[in-house]
Amino acid sequence: MIENINYTEKKSTRDGFGAAMTELGRENPRVVALCADLVGSLKIQKFIDENPERFFQVGVAEANMMGIAAGLATTGKIPFTSTFANFSTGRVYDQIRQSIAYSEKNVKICASHAGLTLGEDGATHQILEDVGMMKMLPGMCVINPADYNQTKAATKAIADYLGPVYLRFGRPNWPVFLPEGNFEIGKAIVMNEGSDLTIVATGHLLWYAVEAAKELEKSGVSVDLINIHTIKPLDEPAILNSVKKTGRCVVAEEHQRFGGLGESIASLLAEKFPAPMAFVAVNDSFGESGKPDELLEKYGLTAKDIVQKSNSLLDK
Amino acid sequence: MTSDIASLKDIASQVRRDIVRQTHQASSGHPGGSLGCTDFLTVLYFKIMKHDPSFNMEGHGEDLFFLSNGHISPLWYSILARSGYFPIKELSTFRKINSRLQGHPSPHEGIPGVRIASGSLGQGISVGIGAALSKKLNNDDRHVFVLTGDGELQEGQIWEAAMFAAHHKVDNLIVTIDWNGQQIDGPNDKVISLGNLHGKWESFGWDVLEMNGHDYDDIIETIELARSKKGQSKPVAILMKTAMGKGVDFMEGTHHWHGIAPNAEQTENALSQLTETLGDYK
Repeated sequence: MIENINYTEKKSTRDGFGAAMTELGRENPRVVALCADLVGSLKIQKFIDENPERFFQVGVAEANMMGIAAGLATTGKIPFTSTFANFSTGRVYDQIRQSIAYSEKNVKICASHAGLTLGEDGATHQILEDVGMMKMLPGMCVINPADYNQTKAATKAIADYLGPVYLRFGRPNWPVFLPEGNFEIGKAIVMNEGSDLTIVATGHLLWYAVEAAKELEKSGVSVDLINIHTIKPLDEPAILNSVKKTGRCVVAEEHQRFGGLGESIASLLAEKFPAPMAFVAVNDSFGESGKPDELLEKYGLTAKDIVQKSNSLLDK
Repeated sequence: MTSDIASLKDIASQVRRDIVRQTHQASSGHPGGSLGCTDFLTVLYFKIMKHDPSFNMEGHGEDLFFLSNGHISPLWYSILARSGYFPIKELSTFRKINSRLQGHPSPHEGIPGVRIASGSLGQGISVGIGAALSKKLNNDDRHVFVLTGDGELQEGQIWEAAMFAAHHKVDNLIVTIDWNGQQIDGPNDKVISLGNLHGKWESFGWDVLEMNGHDYDDIIETIELARSKKGQSKPVAILMKTAMGKGVDFMEGTHHWHGIAPNAEQTENALSQLTETLGDYK
């Protein structure tokens, strides 16, 4: 039941990544980590302290980091690269494309500070196109977890998955509301069952989708709420089953509308089950400096926006 | 040594024929750099490296080779086929539909001997560093060899990698630079001058050697010297002087043949200059 989904504390998703890296360092000797001069931001100091020989500081040289990771993977290691999402994708797209994706290398590209919630550093660092770039690469798995627990579980799960992965997480402290434990790559999580409307959310915006669903349920709208943490491969049956029941779908994500999860779902529905959709996403715009909550409000990525778009869809 | 070198030269002559024939049959490809690096790669695969043609991707206990300037693929494919990695007759599929021999090399189609895709330039040294770090972690005392072009040194990633390898003392890495002085648009010095190449690598913290890429004694001695430097905490760069198009008189020393295939008449002329020593592929 949606009203039972609550949080008692806030922790960042990047802290979840760091905690999982500590455990992976202890559990899996094939795991190695690389970082491009952002160790503190990526929360991997403990991994480094415990496994100094399995950590490689590459400095401010992300292209080189991706190539080194490809070489490490070629020879049997499981490299986790770590830097901000902006420098993990657009800056090094060709290195990822050729040396990792096309070469089918088992590299885990771990990207923090994705999206608007990076905050004050502004648009140069607030990448909102990364999911689009990564999901276009053949064979690339794309995961965007929603809270500390899910990020921690996802980080551990990708170590056991053979193939390139883009793992996207963020900077701010954020509600921790999902259970600890297992993470199944490619498997959607149904958060609430309903019949009037499907809401699909990924990443930070899942919490806002929970808040929106609570409000909608109070006003008598029955909401099917789905968490898509794995944007690629997409759990198509989960989405189709839901939309066949509800007939409409709102997608919420901290990303550009073009190239995001919403676009993947629109493509799926257009082909298999055409249905009205609404998108809570950044609409062809760069971000700017500000506090995370101010930015999410200004760019229309809050629970209020999800409720509003849901209601307009229900009126159709 | 002398008879040894004679047999290496026989292999190289056949490999050069393979390069000319592959590019002619594909009506595309890059014969210039391929011919220029033939002597080096022949020595590396048939004399220097410990490697296993039954091919295991991870290559534990083997010397590994990464080709950064992927466009000289017809050379590498010939070397791999003649080493026993895959059937020699497969060279006839070079650049054709449904082939494992892509225009630029890639493990994507599963061709034995190729561990990474290359073609988009400047990425091979980074990959070689990763493999070299793995070997250190695994206490594997074999070497990692990387070949790059010289025009390729204009890519920024090369210098990121150069800085890293020196800082992290990756001394089981030997990078050879095909210093033919030519690139697609003309001589390096007209396109973007490489300046003092020896000084550049040295100032980045590398041990720098130079050799003549067509003198077999020099190639063998220089690589052996490079290998002996493991344990001295420095990566090694070998500046290898070559002539683009070496072995075919009308292709030699000019950038014109960087990326053009010979026509039938030119192919006949080229093959007349190269002895068929091991048998042409069918």
